[in-house]
Amino acid sequence: MAVIKEKQGAAHTRIMGVGGYVPSRVVTNDEVITWIDSSDEWIRTRSGIAERRWGTPEETVLEMSVQSAGKALAAAGISGDQLGAIIVSTVSHFHQTPALACLVADRLGTNGAAYDISAGCAGFCYGVAQASDMVKAGSAEYVLVIGVERLSDLTDIHDRGTAFLFGDGAGAVVIGPSDTPGIGPVVWGAEGDKYDTITQTFPWNDKPEAEDGSDEVRGPFLRMEGQAVFRWASYQMAEVSLKALAEAGITASDLDAFIPHQANNRITDRLVKVLGLPEEVPVARTIAEYGNNSAATIPLAMERMLADGTAPSGGLALLIGFGAGLVYAAQVVALP
Amino acid sequence: MALTQEEILADLAEIVEEVAGVDKEEVQLDKSFTGDLDVDSLTMVEVVVAAEEKFGVKIPDDAVKDLSTVGDAVGYIQKNQA
Ligand SMILES: CC(C)(COP(=O)(O)OP(=O)(O)OC[C@H]1O[C@@H](n2cnc3c(N)ncnc32)[C@H](O)[C@@H]1OP(=O)(O)O)[C@@H](O)C(=O)NCCC(=O)NCCS
Repeated sequence: MAVIKEKQGAAHTRIMGVGGYVPSRVVTNDEVITWIDSSDEWIRTRSGIAERRWGTPEETVLEMSVQSAGKALAAAGISGDQLGAIIVSTVSHFHQTPALACLVADRLGTNGAAYDISAGCAGFCYGVAQASDMVKAGSAEYVLVIGVERLSDLTDIHDRGTAFLFGDGAGAVVIGPSDTPGIGPVVWGAEGDKYDTITQTFPWNDKPEAEDGSDEVRGPFLRMEGQAVFRWASYQMAEVSLKALAEAGITASDLDAFIPHQANNRITDRLVKVLGLPEEVPVARTIAEYGNNSAATIPLAMERMLADGTAPSGGLALLIGFGAGLVYAAQVVALP
Repeated sequence: MALTQEEILADLAEIVEEVAGVDKEEVQLDKSFTGDLDVDSLTMVEVVVAAEEKFGVKIPDDAVKDLSTVGDAVGYIQKNQA
């Protein structure tokens, strides 16, 4: 019997470039508290959020994706047609099919593989892990990973538990071959027994009737059991972070940056404490201005920290994403 | 052997001091976590997790909602300790 020939890709991979896009409209806490019974002080102390960005109708998931991708490609010195694959992580492309990634691929001028993934706020780290493995396996030489969301479209502005939390935005990275290790082993998983802690109010194909028969039911929107998710993220994700460091063979004091998903500063505080992160290691805190824009938070924070000089190019960063599913993924990377 | 109310209070006071930076002398049975001790709902999660470890009890999210005073927490731990 004939034997299938296999392919070998690069021995090592790295993030070659990062780019981000945040929408133009700033939504302040003062605006949020006109929708819900809350205060600027409560929102700041419980989450660290001072303002968030929400897209205008023109700032679609496609436009934000293309903008962030353009910057990431330029930073990597790669042209769109060199991309062997595009992975888009999003929960707010409101077409079940076809994938947003195909539209992005067309705009960037590539016929490489293109598909979307649904891994909530862990989506970016899921994408990085996949892309790195694809380059190592020889399935693609360069892979674009985008995290993009318009969570404003899924936010019930009258829900006290979530109205202040979410934002919109996009972040992208190009992953390609490297002479030295640039992306560490991923530590990832899913805890489907906690499926109901972050949910959509109803499925797309089963919109409930309005009770009084008049007003149309709005949504679907995101709903969250805040305390349960907070507890899980603050404790289990600390374990996952430590494991990702161990798998990469480094310790917290080897890090040049810590870039956790921007879900809540209080979760970040807790992770920093458990990691025993030395004080001089910079920690992503972009939630203050961007809110939680899910799969986009990590690449946006990475771009920002490199641009303002808080994190050094070539330095080691621990990334960890976690969210609806519940799912999580963490890895150590060399910053582009 | 089951811990007495005084023993639980002493250990819990240490946890609250450690987690929330409240002087442990302040942690008395009649004090409310949010009102008197300034332990907000998210810091309370840390107190609860530390108490679970220390006392070997399970304190589910639903139960946390009912623990408004230090006395409530001590009572819950005393009743549910292994
Ligand atoms: C959302 C979150 C900040 C809410 O905080 P919380 O402490 O769990 O909030 P609770 O619903 O328990 O309410 C605590 C108190 O704040 C009040 N409160 C709740 N929402 C409020 C709001 N928006 N404004 C003002 N007060 C509010 C409640 O009424 C309650 O007051 P009481 O103790 O006097 O009754 C927090 O649960 C959280 O960040 N969870 C994790 C979220 C996350 O990371 N999700 C994304 C993962 S991808």
